[in-house]
Amino acid sequence: MRYLPLTPEDRAAMLQRIGASSVDAFYDGVPAEARLPGPIEGLPDHQGELAVERHLSNLAIRNRTAGEGPFFVGCGAYKHHVPATVDHIIQRSEFLTTYTPYQPEIAQGTLQSLFEFQTQVAELTAMDVANASMYDGSTSCAEAALMACRVTKRRRVVLSGGVHPHYVAATKTLCEAQGIEVVALPAAIDGEAALIEALSDDTACLIGQSPNVFGTVSDLSPVAEAAHDKGALLVSVFTEAVSLGMVPPPGEMGADIAAGEGQSIGNALNFGGPYVGLFAATQKLMRQMPGRLCGETVDADGDRGYVLTLSTREQHIRRDKATSNICTNSGLCALAFTAHMTLLGGAGLTRLAELNHEAAGSLAEALESVPGVEILTPRFFNEFAFRTPVNAEAVLAMLEERGILGGVRASRLLPAGVMDDVIIAAATECTQEADIAAYADGLREVV
Amino acid sequence: MTMNSTGRPTAPTDIAAAAGAPETVSGSRGLLQHEPLIFETDRWGKTGVDLPAPRGREDRLGGLARKSAVDLPGLSEPQAVRHYVRLSQRNYAIDLGLFPLGSCTMKHNPRLNERMARLPGFADIHPMQPQSTVQGALGLIDELAGWLKTLTGMPAVAMSPKAGAHGELCGMLAIRKALEVRGELETRRRVLVPASAHGTNPATAIQCGFTVDEIGAGKDGLVDMEALRVKLEETDDIAGIMLTNPNTCGLFERDIREIADLIHEAGGYFYCDGANFNAIMGRVRPGDLGIDAMHINLHKTFSTPHGGGGPGSGPTVLSDALAAFAPVPFVSQEEDGGFMLVEEDRREAAHSFGRMVAFHGQMGMFVRALSYMLSHGADGLKQAGEDAVLNANYVQARLKEVMSPAFDGFCMHEALFSDDFLGDNGIETVDIAKGLLDEGYHPMTMYFPLVVHGAMLLEPTETESRAELDRFCDALADVARRAKAGDETLKGAPYLAPLRRLDETRAARKPVLKWSPPARESVAAE
Repeated sequence: MRYLPLTPEDRAAMLQRIGASSVDAFYDGVPAEARLPGPIEGLPDHQGELAVERHLSNLAIRNRTAGEGPFFVGCGAYKHHVPATVDHIIQRSEFLTTYTPYQPEIAQGTLQSLFEFQTQVAELTAMDVANASMYDGSTSCAEAALMACRVTKRRRVVLSGGVHPHYVAATKTLCEAQGIEVVALPAAIDGEAALIEALSDDTACLIGQSPNVFGTVSDLSPVAEAAHDKGALLVSVFTEAVSLGMVPPPGEMGADIAAGEGQSIGNALNFGGPYVGLFAATQKLMRQMPGRLCGETVDADGDRGYVLTLSTREQHIRRDKATSNICTNSGLCALAFTAHMTLLGGAGLTRLAELNHEAAGSLAEALESVPGVEILTPRFFNEFAFRTPVNAEAVLAMLEERGILGGVRASRLLPAGVMDDVIIAAATECTQEADIAAYADGLREVV
Repeated sequence: MTMNSTGRPTAPTDIAAAAGAPETVSGSRGLLQHEPLIFETDRWGKTGVDLPAPRGREDRLGGLARKSAVDLPGLSEPQAVRHYVRLSQRNYAIDLGLFPLGSCTMKHNPRLNERMARLPGFADIHPMQPQSTVQGALGLIDELAGWLKTLTGMPAVAMSPKAGAHGELCGMLAIRKALEVRGELETRRRVLVPASAHGTNPATAIQCGFTVDEIGAGKDGLVDMEALRVKLEETDDIAGIMLTNPNTCGLFERDIREIADLIHEAGGYFYCDGANFNAIMGRVRPGDLGIDAMHINLHKTFSTPHGGGGPGSGPTVLSDALAAFAPVPFVSQEEDGGFMLVEEDRREAAHSFGRMVAFHGQMGMFVRALSYMLSHGADGLKQAGEDAVLNANYVQARLKEVMSPAFDGFCMHEALFSDDFLGDNGIETVDIAKGLLDEGYHPMTMYFPLVVHGAMLLEPTETESRAELDRFCDALADVARRAKAGDETLKGAPYLAPLRRLDETRAARKPVLKWSPPARESVAAE
């Protein structure tokens, strides 16, 4: 077995040194009736690299990749180009195979990159402080709702009809387990402002999303003002981090907490994970944040260094009084994010955002030219919803037969019968003019 | 190298200075290159990525736009590569040496698994693609689920959880839902958690709306059965128990079947924290122990890399009593052999407690874990578990003359010591840990579990050779002897690490969580 260094001779000598007759002696505490007598049944024995590679490759080739043809699927995860350098960096042994930086003297690589990550996220979201990552955007959103309840000491949260339905569901699951009332407004393509009407004196926060799941870009400033007037917070959600290069970021709209998905920067699609949850807040709320925080300090010689800090918020210190149960986060995905951002810089991100926006504009123009197609999203970044003259599921299936993955039918995310004729399509810098032409032609044939 | 001069020295002497090591102009120390923050460069307004110019078509943002430009530097590729490679050299890692962090299972990360996870068929597929286009991916999830169910002897597994603590949340939410269906959610509020538990256990119970009641440990490091019986007799509102097995003292809870029976008789459920599954893999199946739910850390037992803090993955196996309440989505196999993702709208999900995260779990980790399992096979996994336990016992045997084993007898896959051997000489567990840094090792877990004074928890894992274990034990034994003898220089350790001991109090008192331009001094907290 190539991963196990001990030889039979080693094992015998070690048992002798320990004073045990065999390894069975170590399992003495296991109730006799629960001890497995022989080898594990029903599983194959060990295999060499070649055999494993063959086995897994056979599964991999049965999937249609985003890169192999026209591809317009978005809704919370986006196909972007990641520079080769990023993957090289995250595969460095010292980043890949290290643990949470609990021993800062020998973890400055991880810690300094986290400090840079936090700075970048704070700047992108235009917030004061950011944490060292959450699992993903949906859990960031759920944790933001819980944090708002802690801060305001209220127990009611309201989500707009534009928040990604998976985010709504994850927030409901987490909040309702604590008896927090969760109000999810009905799906609405351009309904972030409806949050204001749902505001009450006992509301902890309003949760809006821009661009929302239908791609609609909104100014949440009026929502923030209304919330603040009633002592509530605004949580501003995003699923497409690249949009922050162009659209009003949470901090410019008066958000108290920004919660979003960082996959778009540095991370592959990975069929849904691992991704990287971004979480940022105002300075005032810093001590109520969930998750790890990296802070600057000095060592015994006065040299600058970084440590995990404010850990009295966390489960390993505060146990049942912690702000969250999160421990493992998305460290390496955060490294991928920060490495990609370090290459892009603000200027590169802005240009990348513009290219995404233009690709989506091109796509919208091409699809609008198809008879019966109506773009429903009034203001969009790189994704929009459109109405088809026939059932969206059927349209997408027929496009799939032509090798085109045309987006997500809204009905996959919404209750039965809602928006059956709506498709949500995304374009990015990876989208080529030929892909767009193929999409429009295909759509023309099937509707 | 000095950028600040306000640090408080904690050591009377500086070994490097005493040895005559010169100050350098560059701030570098030989091969250890000085590396500033990316913000301390002249690359503001620049980018290191070649992107075509936008064509300048009319925007469709309806007049909305970001007001302030994104103000971040962009490094050219060679600068960026150098930045991160230099930073990386300030990190310890398994690939550099033994990483005996107890309860963390820092074993070798096979590179085959990395290659497999990067196959475009896994890395470049979208979670919302039509299911007909991702049959291989769904098949992989189903295959991995099969391995997990077989290894644990449990009938069901939820694949959504993103990490261990998220797996705990999954299990406890399933328990919560089961109680709700029984109509007893309002009356069963109490979750029992041993004092030796990971901090995530009580934090999770609270996140699920339960109250936490601590159960003490006996002198033997196991659950105090008498205390448990009394607690169960005194109370009638037990929702369940959260127990780690093997426990955080590195011991198998020998009364586990009785604990399960007692909890079940009291009407509660048994959650097992599976962080230590590596010790019993192939020897014991949780399904034979009366457990109702247990998460498995793929990033521990099945070697998906820790990545400096994540990502992880925490699939949660469930008993028949809880299986129906598993979160959506999950994979099911159709009669024609095809795979289907069961989401919210399906009848099969009628009793699900709902969705706990967007999409379908940590696919990238699933690929790596399955690659690991296939490589090891049934025989290799069992051998891995046994070698992990053997290595831990070897470390315990080698160190017990110098340090104080917390408990008598053999351990499972981690060896636990207390600080008894230090007496009152002023040297503490943390000083031993920092002393080990100078010996070129990552230290053991310190001050955990809480039930052992000055705890030092060592988990060598099965991927260490005997020679490496010996080198490590020689180093730790020497540091321990120095500590026992009251060697004050340990209070100033480390001397040879990239940085000296860091001032964590200062970091927390006046948190600086991001870089600010020198002109606008860092905004102090509150």
